[in-house]
Amino acid sequence: MEGATTDLPVLRPFRPVARGGPADLGFSRWLAEMPPIALLGFAFLACAWPIVAAAQGNFTTAQAFDALWRWMPFLVSKGFALNILISFFTMLTGTVAGVLLGLGQVSPLRPLAATCWFVTQLFRNSPWLVLLFIVMLAFPFEIEIAGTVYLIPDWTKAVFGLALPIMANISEIVRGGIQSVPTGQWEAAESLAFTRGQTLWQIILPQCFKRMIPPWMNWYAILTMATPLVSLLGVEELVTLSRQAMEAEDNHPELLMPFFGFALVIFFLYCYPIARWTLRLERRFAVRQ
Amino acid sequence: MPANSWTPDQPIVAIHDLHKSFGALEVLKGVSLEVMKGEVICIIGPSGSGKSTLIRCINALNPVDSGSILVEGQEVNDPAVDKLALRKKVGMVFQQYNLFPHKTALQNVMMAPLKVLKQPRGEVEKRARALLTRVNLEGKEDSYPGELSGGQQQRVAIARSLAMNPDVMLFDEVTAALDPETVKEVLVAIKDLAQSGMTCILVTHEMGFAREVADHIYFTDRGVIVEHGPPATFFTESSDPRTREFLSQIL
Repeated sequence: MEGATTDLPVLRPFRPVARGGPADLGFSRWLAEMPPIALLGFAFLACAWPIVAAAQGNFTTAQAFDALWRWMPFLVSKGFALNILISFFTMLTGTVAGVLLGLGQVSPLRPLAATCWFVTQLFRNSPWLVLLFIVMLAFPFEIEIAGTVYLIPDWTKAVFGLALPIMANISEIVRGGIQSVPTGQWEAAESLAFTRGQTLWQIILPQCFKRMIPPWMNWYAILTMATPLVSLLGVEELVTLSRQAMEAEDNHPELLMPFFGFALVIFFLYCYPIARWTLRLERRFAVRQ
Repeated sequence: MPANSWTPDQPIVAIHDLHKSFGALEVLKGVSLEVMKGEVICIIGPSGSGKSTLIRCINALNPVDSGSILVEGQEVNDPAVDKLALRKKVGMVFQQYNLFPHKTALQNVMMAPLKVLKQPRGEVEKRARALLTRVNLEGKEDSYPGELSGGQQQRVAIARSLAMNPDVMLFDEVTAALDPETVKEVLVAIKDLAQSGMTCILVTHEMGFAREVADHIYFTDRGVIVEHGPPATFFTESSDPRTREFLSQIL
């Protein structure tokens, strides 16, 4: 039956659906299944743009790519590296906070569970850019400790701004994962005199931990793709530096597609393998269950 | 904590006038029963008559509304009850086995004595292997629950519960989810346990088995105990029309 096409749902492979688990891998699925032809089309556009724009001046496509070539080491080592740095620290902060918030959501203490639910929903449903602006503008840019003034770099504030929605989404992954374990497991552990904490850490979490990894990676890819948002706040990451580089090259319109096209390609090259890996893990864990 | 005055000549489980509702639905409407140490009690009755709820109240898995449950003289229906101490005395086996799927059969049996009772590993492992042998699962120690049949899983669940050295065992329709050919192996394990002197309270639909192993049979319907008696008289001389109707349908 493997590979046979059928309209009968009973003959299709069984895909268990985790109860209450937002194992939504939409982004990774979309990215991982992008056909190579899309990239070709994009490359064509990037090359064609300077030809179209050439009518406006005497700057050629070759010169535009030559400029990109010269700037590339700088853009990668100073710009893209910062994007990755921001994504790492954001994911770290968001995961730690999100796990705590998610465990809070399944707490038997009603007020704690309700508070954690509210915080989760609040940050899950807020526009990322608004959260970023609030954190960037509300937080001080320097702090004074014992007479010494410490400057807080913009990018660390960006980490906190981005970590809020990540925290909320990871909180949901944790809650969904825990609630996808059948209640019989809780009852069996209870009847064997396990405490609630022991049950959670020794029986429930080991069963759902693996199921949480693919959605967690999915959010990492989404986050990495979203890091250029912080360029709107002046953080000197890839997109900000690309704009500055183009200004230094006299702002020829022919530069636009090569420079921003390069940004797109480098983000794609970084996130595409993650998306593929996410889907592979998801399939593997789904079979094991 | 008042001194516990329970002695083995008193009922090990004594339930008096137990009431329990789920919302507007009253599941238990004043149930009383007594179990002496070493006795085997079977609770039978139609679906939805409150049998499972009753048995789950005994180890405080379900809270009750009113009434009294004494286990070895300790009141279960008391917010201050030490649930962990209670559950060390009362073992439970479920209809759906509820084995921990990420642990092998041996690890399932060893887990609670190690983590809850903090007993030394060597001693626990020795006891766990002996228990698995006792339920005829020698050679399956390193199998995961997913690799075992329903009957085998249920026997691991029995061994897992016994590993805590309980004084009372509760069995909640433990053969209801099994394939017919594996029911017998589980019943044999329970019978062996009952004959060894373990106090057992079973909710069951296996009438032949109840007749064979039970010291006393309780028939519940719509939240009350309609009738009870030793199997010799219960099956032949029951007087209540509801009992007779149920027995006529099932025997």
